[in-house]
Amino acid sequence: MLAFALKRLALALLVALTVSIISFSLLRLSGDLAQALAGPSATAADVEAVRKAYGLDQPLWVQYLAWARQALHGDLGTSFFFKEPVAAMIAARLPVTMTLGVSALLFALLVALPLGILAALKPNSWVDRLALTLSVVGQALPSFWFALMLMILFGLKLRWLPISGTASWKSFVMPAIALGYYGMPTFMRLTRAGMMEVLASDYIRTARAKGLRAPAILLKHALRNAIVPVVAVAAVQLGFFLGGSIVIESVFALHGVGYLGWESISRADFPVVQAIVLVLALFYIVLTLLADLLNAFLDPRIRVG
Amino acid sequence: MTVETFSGAERILEPSAGALLRRRVFGHAGFMIGAAIILAILAAALLAPWLAPHDPYAQDLTRRLVPPVWDAKGSWLDPLGTDQLGRDYLSRLLFGARISLLIGFSAALISGLIGTGLGLCAGYFGGRVDMVASFVVTTRLAMPVVLVALAVVALAGGSLHIVVAVLGLLLWDRFAVVTRAATHQVRQLDYVAAARATGCSTARIILAEILPNIMNALIVIATIEMANAILLDAALSFLGLGVQPPLPDWGLMVAEGKEYMFFSPWVIAIPGLALFTLVLAINLVGDGLRDLAAPENRN
Repeated sequence: MLAFALKRLALALLVALTVSIISFSLLRLSGDLAQALAGPSATAADVEAVRKAYGLDQPLWVQYLAWARQALHGDLGTSFFFKEPVAAMIAARLPVTMTLGVSALLFALLVALPLGILAALKPNSWVDRLALTLSVVGQALPSFWFALMLMILFGLKLRWLPISGTASWKSFVMPAIALGYYGMPTFMRLTRAGMMEVLASDYIRTARAKGLRAPAILLKHALRNAIVPVVAVAAVQLGFFLGGSIVIESVFALHGVGYLGWESISRADFPVVQAIVLVLALFYIVLTLLADLLNAFLDPRIRVG
Repeated sequence: MTVETFSGAERILEPSAGALLRRRVFGHAGFMIGAAIILAILAAALLAPWLAPHDPYAQDLTRRLVPPVWDAKGSWLDPLGTDQLGRDYLSRLLFGARISLLIGFSAALISGLIGTGLGLCAGYFGGRVDMVASFVVTTRLAMPVVLVALAVVALAGGSLHIVVAVLGLLLWDRFAVVTRAATHQVRQLDYVAAARATGCSTARIILAEILPNIMNALIVIATIEMANAILLDAALSFLGLGVQPPLPDWGLMVAEGKEYMFFSPWVIAIPGLALFTLVLAINLVGDGLRDLAAPENRN
């Protein structure tokens, strides 16, 4: 197990390093940063001055190494726009994004688990069909549009929920739904398939033969085993939610990391964008690492083979 | 002689393979509905210049935010109403279908080429090649797609070509994973060993023996990625960093209508519904193809 864990950790570090190199190069090579910073009305001399001032005239690898050395010391650079340390800016915004990501995950699980279990208990029933319809519809809804529709309905017509800001937990209800529904179908399918497999197994038959009551069998024996793949996928999904929260954060004007990223892109504030890409990638890498380790811990076949 | 005639007569009574396939395809409701919607949207996109009642770019500031025809204040002059600049919404919607279809199709094509190539190599050669390929896929998955796409499009400029290229270069992971697994399975089959024994080159084995056999899976993934690309393009446009105005992109139409949505909800409802319908249809066709291609559903 330890050898497996170390191997995975090394791989994760390598992935993080590669992501940082690729994103750094992408952001530097896909356009002229100095021009973007100086603005459209700047003269050629202004652009050159900006290029010199921010060290953008140096070779790409020199710029990367300088950035990477600082990043390893916890210094993610200084914002071009605010002249503030990027790390502090991101740290201030992280709680909002984390709250959003976790509540989106909770919403997805709260809907998907019961539906998946019911669907597995009664295949081809109306619950099963409802679950299927929900996942087909869910995967076709553009998230930003769904968010706006929720806003019109619950924010404007019914006036149940605030349409922007982070004043109370109520502010997170709509964003969590708009972000979380997209992950729901995956959980539902996994729960349904897992439950059906477990329910057909010998040990459930044994439990039934022993005369245990149905709910006890369901909760104590079946769900516990069926839920394992769901937990691992949930970790990965949380990584996706954090990375994908940019759209939802900008719809609801939630001042989280995604919103900061969007604003920084519009302002050509690339130290911030670069750092956010890295932070979100790190979250994803750590969460997948945890999921891998959890899987290997629960299923010895993975760590041996 | 008599036996042969007999078996011949027997065969005539059985439905042909083509007829069986047709029956299965037409019997699959989801696939048929999805295909019908896609064909209708495709026809609308191709015939947009003839179907559209007005020029999609023509502004009429005296007729701004006119509601659709089913509203009391609507008229048949602009069946789906007009936007904040007085442009006919139906015409913009029809021309917008071209953009969504073009982006979805081209991005899926580019990502398909990259992902399939990577997956074929990883699955066929295995070993070190496989390790490198799976590392590349892991790295790609770790990058936050929306943020990276936004940043690159913002720097490189929001033209249609750039958006297609960026989406195509980002969405190949699923192709690679599925192709790798399928190739890995197929390469163990006897006929691949036979091809190798008769001295076929590696390129020939991969392209002529393996690729046709994993095509079903690839087409299903292509529908998923097409839907993905359309949604992602809409999200980029919505955030104002995708294709630029005055293009009638559906995501952009939602973004432009956002300010007016509380008093004229249809300005965002209509393009959003169009996006939803197109993506739903593509997904239905994809699910249908997967069902139809599954061996247990044959005959």
